[in-house]
Amino acid sequence: MLDLTKYNSLGQALGDALDRWPDEVCLIEADRERENCRLTYREFKQAAAPLSSFLQQNGFQAASRAAIIMTNQSKWLISAYAIFHAGGVLVPLDYKLSASEQIELLAHSKAEALVVEYHLWRAITAAAGFDRLQLKTALVTEAPPGADLKGAVRWEEARGDRELEFVERERKDAACIVYSSGTGGRPKGCVLTHENYLEQCVALTSLYPFWPGVRYLSILPTNHAIDFMVGFIGPFTCGATVVHLRTLRPEYVREAFPRYKITYMALVPMVLKNLEKGLKSRFAELPAHKRFVFDRLVALNRRLTRKQPNLNLSRRLLKQVHEAFGGELRALFVGGAFMDPATLQFFYDLGIQVGNGYGLTEAGTAVTLNDFKPFRADTVGKPLPGMEVKVVNPDAEGVGQVAVRSKTVMSYYLDDPDMTAETIVDGWLMTGDLGRIDEMGHLQLLGRVKNMIVTEEGKNVYPEDIESTFEGLAVKELCVFAANYVWPERSMMGEKLILILRLDEGQQFTDDLRDEIAARNRRLLNFKRVSGYVIWDEDFPRTASLKIKRNVLAQQIRERRERQTALIEI
Amino acid sequence: MRTLEQTTDEILELAATHFKISRDEIAPDDDFFKKLGINSLQALDLLTRLENHFNVELPDYEIQGVTDFRTLAERIQSRL
Repeated sequence: MLDLTKYNSLGQALGDALDRWPDEVCLIEADRERENCRLTYREFKQAAAPLSSFLQQNGFQAASRAAIIMTNQSKWLISAYAIFHAGGVLVPLDYKLSASEQIELLAHSKAEALVVEYHLWRAITAAAGFDRLQLKTALVTEAPPGADLKGAVRWEEARGDRELEFVERERKDAACIVYSSGTGGRPKGCVLTHENYLEQCVALTSLYPFWPGVRYLSILPTNHAIDFMVGFIGPFTCGATVVHLRTLRPEYVREAFPRYKITYMALVPMVLKNLEKGLKSRFAELPAHKRFVFDRLVALNRRLTRKQPNLNLSRRLLKQVHEAFGGELRALFVGGAFMDPATLQFFYDLGIQVGNGYGLTEAGTAVTLNDFKPFRADTVGKPLPGMEVKVVNPDAEGVGQVAVRSKTVMSYYLDDPDMTAETIVDGWLMTGDLGRIDEMGHLQLLGRVKNMIVTEEGKNVYPEDIESTFEGLAVKELCVFAANYVWPERSMMGEKLILILRLDEGQQFTDDLRDEIAARNRRLLNFKRVSGYVIWDEDFPRTASLKIKRNVLAQQIRERRERQTALIEI
Repeated sequence: MRTLEQTTDEILELAATHFKISRDEIAPDDDFFKKLGINSLQALDLLTRLENHFNVELPDYEIQGVTDFRTLAERIQSRL
């Protein structure tokens, strides 16, 4: 088992790894079939050193905050290490957010430095609110020659000339501020410590170890909590190799497996389902006699691995499938959202283990993971070593809110003591998810307590955050809910957002109004769009300060309306 | 050299053929996610087909945030 007890910080653990395996390849960046760069641990250190020195020379010091907004690429990791080396707190932001959302989170995190790709920087500098940012340093990657950088410095030229200092941090100090969601007035910045990450790394690698020679394929951006752990901290502390692919296109992802002899890969449910679809269509093209033999081999593999996986056996039985994945694949990790059990079973029957689990940013990524003893597609597995999971106020069927206690749970929400107090109660993280623990110790998820959805791409969406898009609509009042919050369902599948509309006295729901809703809906990123509306005939219940009493309104709708008849699709 | 209108028209034609819907059902300002009923991965698949047709290379991030055919056409046009 990996021992990280001697380290106080991520910077220290990573720095040690860079010295321990100088000649091992740590990072490969590929764009389609082209390889952009390949770095050994020594070269990685040499690339990060002048950047860290540059930051320090520009006033960056212990506990200073630096944000990264980049797609999936090598400079992300180099910059992150440089920030940790300088004692900084990393703020990983999602490049898919709009520029104004990124500005809001940059302001909320009080980031002093920003590392950003040129095309994203251009959008940020053009967006409203950019002027109020307090950035001292902005480093822009891949800017074309002669580009107006609006006061930023080229990342490639950011080289300090002062002797490099490693800045010590304590385990309890903040390592990252990770935004789990929320940009509409109440951003949720999870403050995660060095200890949170070091403990998470030990817990995860106890089930899925890394070592020199292991190659992890990274297609998720590193701001994604899973990729940050299994595509950076895990492999780097163990001397393994990370292969960054700068495209999500299925044809290039498929080619990367054999080209780089991939051992592990993490993906979101949507991509795994797409892989399943691709494989099924290839199987369907097999001539009848080959298909007959193939189906028998899959059935045999299923029977022989019922109690536990047997990778060598599966590789022999289903050689062509495993060769298509490069022949060395040990597991796929899926997370960020609920995964359809049928898809997990499909891959398991082929001898491909999918490490399905449950996690949330507030708990430092993964809480439970399937241990394959035996494989079960109907649960999210057992708690990882060091994690305590319990069900609070269970009903007669044992279903209640899932709570977590471990050294991986965040310290607090940045600048939000009220929300912190609601979320961490007596040392237990209240997850807002409904579940039960079965007799084998597996956690089953059955719905949500919170007004939120998680998309197939692993995005948390809080309905309150998108109401501003519909502000000013010609109705008396409106609000947005998760459909399952109004009408709870014992399912994590197909979650939707819905718009509740209270019309003015005598007002009719016209085609113009429908068109206006549709037009505004289109302005939202596709995963944030509402999929239907409910016409409600009473004023919304409100608090003394005129905030909508959401739980009361949801209850009123639930009691008086059926989902099937009240909800009209857009 | 194609005009922007020609590029847009060819995109609509290709999208209709690939996703098996009538060309008359889609217009330049339509949201292609909604009209074609596709997710972001299927949008990348469409992008690959457009790249092959127009003989250009578009990084994934080029269509980040793009949801309508007209803007997509502008991105392609700028690389022709």
